Amino acid sequence: MTGIGGRAAVVGIGATEFSKDSRRSELKLAAQAVRAALADAGLRPADVDGLVTFTMDTNTEAAVARELGIPQLRFFSRIHYGGGAACATVQQAALAIAAGVAEVVVCYRAFNERSGHRFGQFSTALASAPTSSGVDASWSYPMGLGTPGAQVAMVARRYMHVTGATSEDFGRVAVADRRHAATNPKAFFYGRPITLAEHQASRWITEPLHLLDCCQESDGGVAVVVTSAERARDLAQPPVLVRAAAQGSGPDQFVMTSYYRDALTGLPEMGIVANQLWAQAGITAQDVDVAVLYDHFTPFVLMQLEELGFCPRGEARHFVADGGIEIDGRLPVNPHGGQLGEAYIHGMNGIAEGVRQVRGTAVNQVARVEHVLVTAGTGVPTSGLVLGR
Amino acid sequence: MTVDILGRAGQVRAAGECAPRSARDPVNQPMINNWVEALGDANPIYTSEAAARAAGHPGVVAPPAMIQVWTMAGLHGRRAADDPLQIMTALLDEAGFTSVVATNCEQTYHRYLRVGEHLRMTTALEDVTGPKRTALGDGWFVTTRNVWYSGEEPVAEMRFRVLKFAPGPAAAPAGADAVRPVVSRDTAFFWEGTAAGELRIQRCGACGTLRHPPGPMCPSCGADDPGYVLASGRGTVFSYVVHHHPPVPGRTVPFVVALVELEEGVRMLGGLVGVDPGEVRIGMAVEAALTRVDDGLTLPDWRPAR
Repeated sequence: MTGIGGRAAVVGIGATEFSKDSRRSELKLAAQAVRAALADAGLRPADVDGLVTFTMDTNTEAAVARELGIPQLRFFSRIHYGGGAACATVQQAALAIAAGVAEVVVCYRAFNERSGHRFGQFSTALASAPTSSGVDASWSYPMGLGTPGAQVAMVARRYMHVTGATSEDFGRVAVADRRHAATNPKAFFYGRPITLAEHQASRWITEPLHLLDCCQESDGGVAVVVTSAERARDLAQPPVLVRAAAQGSGPDQFVMTSYYRDALTGLPEMGIVANQLWAQAGITAQDVDVAVLYDHFTPFVLMQLEELGFCPRGEARHFVADGGIEIDGRLPVNPHGGQLGEAYIHGMNGIAEGVRQVRGTAVNQVARVEHVLVTAGTGVPTSGLVLGR
Repeated sequence: MTVDILGRAGQVRAAGECAPRSARDPVNQPMINNWVEALGDANPIYTSEAAARAAGHPGVVAPPAMIQVWTMAGLHGRRAADDPLQIMTALLDEAGFTSVVATNCEQTYHRYLRVGEHLRMTTALEDVTGPKRTALGDGWFVTTRNVWYSGEEPVAEMRFRVLKFAPGPAAAPAGADAVRPVVSRDTAFFWEGTAAGELRIQRCGACGTLRHPPGPMCPSCGADDPGYVLASGRGTVFSYVVHHHPPVPGRTVPFVVALVELEEGVRMLGGLVGVDPGEVRIGMAVEAALTRVDDGLTLPDWRPAR
């Protein structure tokens, strides 16, 4: 391991229930998730000196600290680019800890993304921001392309054309996620698997994406507690080392609409993340035992399998069709059910699942886990983690 | 869309001419008299035997432009069940395109008609295209072809086109609720271009590299004084989507958005109009079809190349 690899550890995870209507404020969700994570770690609010979240989160670090009774913060930071921030929050924590800036950093994300502001809707406000983001959005929103589903569909259509992948190939990702969620009592879709036929019969959102290619909209909060590898040894849970943590943004990068570069069949920003992760952790893709891949839309799971090096370019459909992403497959993917099956908490619930897989406490536990890969939002500047013992 | 407009149109077209409809009355002088009086046509060959003979006709002839009159169904008439225009009208009503306006009528007269001839008329469906975005609303053009026979001899033909459209603001093209671009000093030239009827591509003032979307500094050479060139307006579909859900301001679903590769080499996103969503293909040739929304906005749309 090099750089920050192995110097920090996740020592606590916490979450609220995942629902379609939390019936409480987003700040309350955040405070409850952080408190649950601290309890899991065996730490008190007074031990916390750092907080990290997404720029999109509506709960300021100050407000969360206030509710928790955290008396002082020495480090607070936020990451941009929607779900691409997820793993980078842990990277921020690991950096602060490695640099000696903070000792116990909690990363959180909480929202009423179903009962409140829904990201899947067409956001005119986003398209009219007087910023470089607003100018970027002007090349797609006025033309009618302005929902995440439509933005991904444009790439998915090209990917299908070039690789021969079909809607059924996308559907197999959804079926696997929902099969995993069906045995996860915390998942919103617990006990509710789907068939490929149901996927195919689900209505169009934006062709070529069906409804069941799209992740859920969820209310809920997730928090993870990060501290130094040394201190982790004395806490309540077996430490889960942050063996690697990286961010990536690619050439001619846009947010969800990087349509003007290359063949439109890859996720270069994720490749940049992957190269750093393998180098930091001193492993290759072949050493990964479980992958928690960001799955807001199924096509990007196939493209991640290729970009991360789990299979050659254009062959992810075969990898998936052969059962490669099942619990007993070559690469178990999203054993908790992912964001299609468990909940959409902007990727943070995936980090919690990665921690459980390393601890050996997951509901759909994979045998002999040494390295878990977790990825953050796709189609945007993003991030990733390798968690391990 | 639950109504398979193109599928049904294909069947109707394949069925060819419907059963002929007979004229209620033969070509007759009283009706000619009324018609020429109403239209103010004083040509005597329609009313005077002598004048008609002097002009080389065997007797009085009917004004050719009256051709539709002879087979009109009358005040309480109904179109036959197998009438192609009737079938397509009912289908488009069902699909929500409830309003109609005639847009084209081209008639061809093979010869003059004489008093006493008894006509029959057939109708065939020639073409159905849509959905098209028009000033009236989104709609479908239905083109039929009528042939009038005297005995077995075709004496006149007519190509007739109607627009069946969904009226109202919801069906209007991008309008007051259209999403407007954020225009910066770097991108104003593009939007000024569309408003002026030009599709402009940023071109580096130093190294000449073309770039879309545009920005303030050339990523290739670092120069920061870009100009632009005019696009030919020709390109091919590099990728596309058909949007169904959720609703988008100023748009009626389903609609197509295409990522077009211009022949100059850059890619550009735009609405793809004038095409059935089911017929769009990657690689399809398209041409620019700037859509003026209002004084402040003209969108860089595309349509199939002609």
